[in-house]
Amino acid sequence: MVKAEVYKALGLSDSEYQKVEELMGREPSPTELAMFSVEWSEHCGYPRSRKWLKLFPQTGKYPSLVGEDSGGFILDDLAIIFKMESHNHPSQVEPKQGAATGVGGIIRDIFTAGARPIASLDSLRFGPPTEAYSNFLLKGVVEGIAFYGNCLGVPTVGGEVYFDESYSGNCLVNAMSIGIAPINKIARARAQGTGNAIMYVGSSTGRDGIGGCSILASAEFCEKEEKRPTVQIGDPFTEKCLIEATLEMLSTDYVVGIKDMGAAGLTCSSAEMAAAGGVGMEIDLDMVPRREEGMEPWEVMMSESQERMLVCVKKGKEEEITRIFEKWDLHGVIIGRVTEDKMVRIKDKGKVVAEIKSEFLANAPLYDMPAEKPDYLEKINDLDLKQLTLPQDYNAVLLKLLASPTIASKEWVYEQYDHMVQTNTVVLPGSDAAVLKLKGTGKGIAATSDCNSRYCYLNPYRGAQIAVAEAARNLICSGADPAAVTDCLNFGNPEKPDRFWYFKNCVQGIADACKSFNVAVVSGNVSLYNESPKGAIYPTPTIGMLGVLHNLDKRCTQYFKNEGDIILLLGETKEELGGSEYLKLIHDQVAGDAPALDLDKEKALQNVVYTAIQQDLVNSAHDCAEGGLAVALAESCISNKDQIFGAEIKAIPSEIRKDALLFGESQSRIIISCSKDAAAKVQVLAKQEGVACLEIGKVVGRSFKIADLINLPIEQISESWRNGLTRYVK
Amino acid sequence: MFQAEIKITLKKTVADPQGLTVKHALESLDFKGIDGIRMGKFIIVRLEAKDQAQAEEEVAAMCQKLLANPIIEEFYFEVKKI
Amino acid sequence: MKFGVVVFPGSNCDQDCFYAINDLLKQPVEYIWHKTTKLDKFDAIILPGGFSYGDYLRTGAIARFSPIMEEVIKYAKGGGVVIGICNGFQILLEAGLLPGAMLRNTSLHFICKYVELKVENTATPFTSDYEPGQKVRIPIAHNEGNYYIDAKGLQSLKDNRQIVFRYIKNPNGSIEDIAGIVNKEGNVLGMMPHPERSSEKDLGSSDGYPVFTSLLKWLKQKSIKP
Repeated sequence: MVKAEVYKALGLSDSEYQKVEELMGREPSPTELAMFSVEWSEHCGYPRSRKWLKLFPQTGKYPSLVGEDSGGFILDDLAIIFKMESHNHPSQVEPKQGAATGVGGIIRDIFTAGARPIASLDSLRFGPPTEAYSNFLLKGVVEGIAFYGNCLGVPTVGGEVYFDESYSGNCLVNAMSIGIAPINKIARARAQGTGNAIMYVGSSTGRDGIGGCSILASAEFCEKEEKRPTVQIGDPFTEKCLIEATLEMLSTDYVVGIKDMGAAGLTCSSAEMAAAGGVGMEIDLDMVPRREEGMEPWEVMMSESQERMLVCVKKGKEEEITRIFEKWDLHGVIIGRVTEDKMVRIKDKGKVVAEIKSEFLANAPLYDMPAEKPDYLEKINDLDLKQLTLPQDYNAVLLKLLASPTIASKEWVYEQYDHMVQTNTVVLPGSDAAVLKLKGTGKGIAATSDCNSRYCYLNPYRGAQIAVAEAARNLICSGADPAAVTDCLNFGNPEKPDRFWYFKNCVQGIADACKSFNVAVVSGNVSLYNESPKGAIYPTPTIGMLGVLHNLDKRCTQYFKNEGDIILLLGETKEELGGSEYLKLIHDQVAGDAPALDLDKEKALQNVVYTAIQQDLVNSAHDCAEGGLAVALAESCISNKDQIFGAEIKAIPSEIRKDALLFGESQSRIIISCSKDAAAKVQVLAKQEGVACLEIGKVVGRSFKIADLINLPIEQISESWRNGLTRYVK
Repeated sequence: MFQAEIKITLKKTVADPQGLTVKHALESLDFKGIDGIRMGKFIIVRLEAKDQAQAEEEVAAMCQKLLANPIIEEFYFEVKKI
Repeated sequence: MKFGVVVFPGSNCDQDCFYAINDLLKQPVEYIWHKTTKLDKFDAIILPGGFSYGDYLRTGAIARFSPIMEEVIKYAKGGGVVIGICNGFQILLEAGLLPGAMLRNTSLHFICKYVELKVENTATPFTSDYEPGQKVRIPIAHNEGNYYIDAKGLQSLKDNRQIVFRYIKNPNGSIEDIAGIVNKEGNVLGMMPHPERSSEKDLGSSDGYPVFTSLLKWLKQKSIKP
């Protein structure tokens, strides 16, 4: 009987250990135990979340591809592969390397599918930058993403950065990557064909990151724990060479399957490749290139050394593969063969140290976690607007909102990222979505990542729906047709019923919204146990969405273009302040309900704006989000640093409170600027779809005026917004 | 077997913003009296050589040819028999 | 006119340069792997941007000793045209084909953004399609763009009119706002900004394109002369 403290130290519970003994029919060897502990961890096996992820639609408007490690959709003869992944816990411990290896890992998932990585996005969340450690994390994470992504030559074109106390003890780093491949060149992550070779390519294996997924990623942060050794060190130069070698290898016909050695390293890749192919494999650890002496077999199996992949190669072609990798100064060695039985057999120094049926490893037990709505939520949802005093000085409120780090300009962040390499970026960071051209097709794709986690905290089902709706809306504002979704679900400890209740409801919300928009969820990632002694993070289901521009010329950006243009507000403004930045910043409250969302109204709005852009009626389009209408209008005036404009907004006829009118975060609203003639045509389109459309003002002058409530020089607006974040990091 | 410990720094005539930034960071942590900081590289080379003189000659050549850029950097080294 | 784009391990703007020559300039272009020890007949060689050898030790320091560089040096000394962009410029400096050295940006951060440059010298093969003193928008993306040269070297650059591009608003601490230079003979250009990233209007600016069109004109003219 293996001692409890041994398997507990590896992250296995009593019942999980019992299950292992049951399946094996005997006591597991140390190597076998280690392999189970990593494969069954939450990060790798998804025991607690897998059941719920089945709710996501896998089909949609565009033909979708859902593979073992990534997924995508098909556009003509191209496969657009994309995925988002978290690297939260390592980044909290060592921000530069944690973020860097996060980028490295997600990009590997893209090129192992046979796709050349063409862009990355990053969704980041930290505690307020006024807190020393959060400030340190912010700088480190951005440095890490820049360090890795720039060296790889993959442009980082978008993302988001949010600041909130709920992330003070546990930051979030969600890295998303996109790649393209000719449709007949997609690779699968499976082994097949008895006698075919199992080859190891890439960097050598050391002791990096052992237990990274089973221990670091599957536990809350405690006050005094030294988790530094479980963070991996990334080498982007090696990965760049790996990208070129891998794509060169995949252009031959010699590869049966390929898989990245990511979380749980060799264990995960061997077990999952075997299980996916319905085969067995035998691996000789003596053949694994090592960079450290005296490694035990379980260490080799658990190592999370970066920049390594496992490839199933047609028998007889192994030398060709070795030649390609040696050209790039990388290892390319045979470490095993595909076998007939369905066992994963690991040998070390001639002895069998592990022998497990591949499907045992690849199928972690499924848990049905109890979910309970937290009893504090009802009280929090109860927000009486009448108790809120109206501001005296709306100018001051606007300036404060613009300068708040979550809303302020993120230029300091994205100027550290090479966002132009590969010469495809036609809409640079700073607009609602990035737009990349697909050379030679006349088409483009737009990409965004979105989630307002405060809404999810107040109402997980609707908050998650809003994340999907907002992502789609951002794509529409860029001129794109929403195509497919990837997700990164970040939540607290799933063993706590209230955290799990949030998880369940968010998943349901995403599923229903995606079905409504007819977009498939093609890939994704779950990150649980995001908690510290300060508490759990807000439920944060980050949505990454891609859209298609069938004609790249019909793209749009968020900033005003011409003096004299008419400003139109499409959509309805309700009297709601729940979950708003305004409520938090000015009234110091997180309360109320998430803003209302009517998916039919949202879709109607999106149709109007999409059609208007296709008909060349729109000069700029920007959706209303954090900070509400006033902030969205200000951003439209100032976000293009090469040319800022003033605006005059006349009094908007409304019964609702002025602060709700200016700063409330009602959904399904988009601001458009256009010529006078175009405005009339947009009005017609809106009427046809039953979408409210109001002419609210003009792009004019050097002041920013809203009725008799706001009147500020545009330079002051611009300065507040531009310095909002930089004042904390310079 | 010999071991060389090589230090490479920017020439004094070249501005070192990294050194300055680190100095300010230390001062903000209340370390007083820091006159200046220069950042550099530290390289350890283990090599086979006939004798101390040859080892030193080799290492000097390595520094001149590759390890340091003579336009902007200077180097110092110590060679020991191990 | 046959162009060659050298590829070092870690180069990542090679495809962008290839595209600019092949698809935009519509001239024959080939990739040259860094281990090649013989240069076929090329009319111009481009050392592209990126992170050759991961920028290990010093940016460009290791690439400088790649087998191909001996050929490139011979080629340049023989009057062949070489353009070094960003990391390519850094490699040319390490190889001594251009004077001076690159330091880290004074901000200590990587900077990627469009900058305004002034074209200082239009009497080079690379800038004849510009107007003297023309202001152009070309993007930069680098960690080490802070150009350094000693006083004597700087005077020599000025005396020989080797400064080709200057930053209008210095983003990295570069001495005298220098963004690009040529060698004394005028056949080797090094520039930190990326002309291949501003060769098409839909990328934000096509102000970089004249670098390539100027060169093509010059090469064609040269080939006519007896």
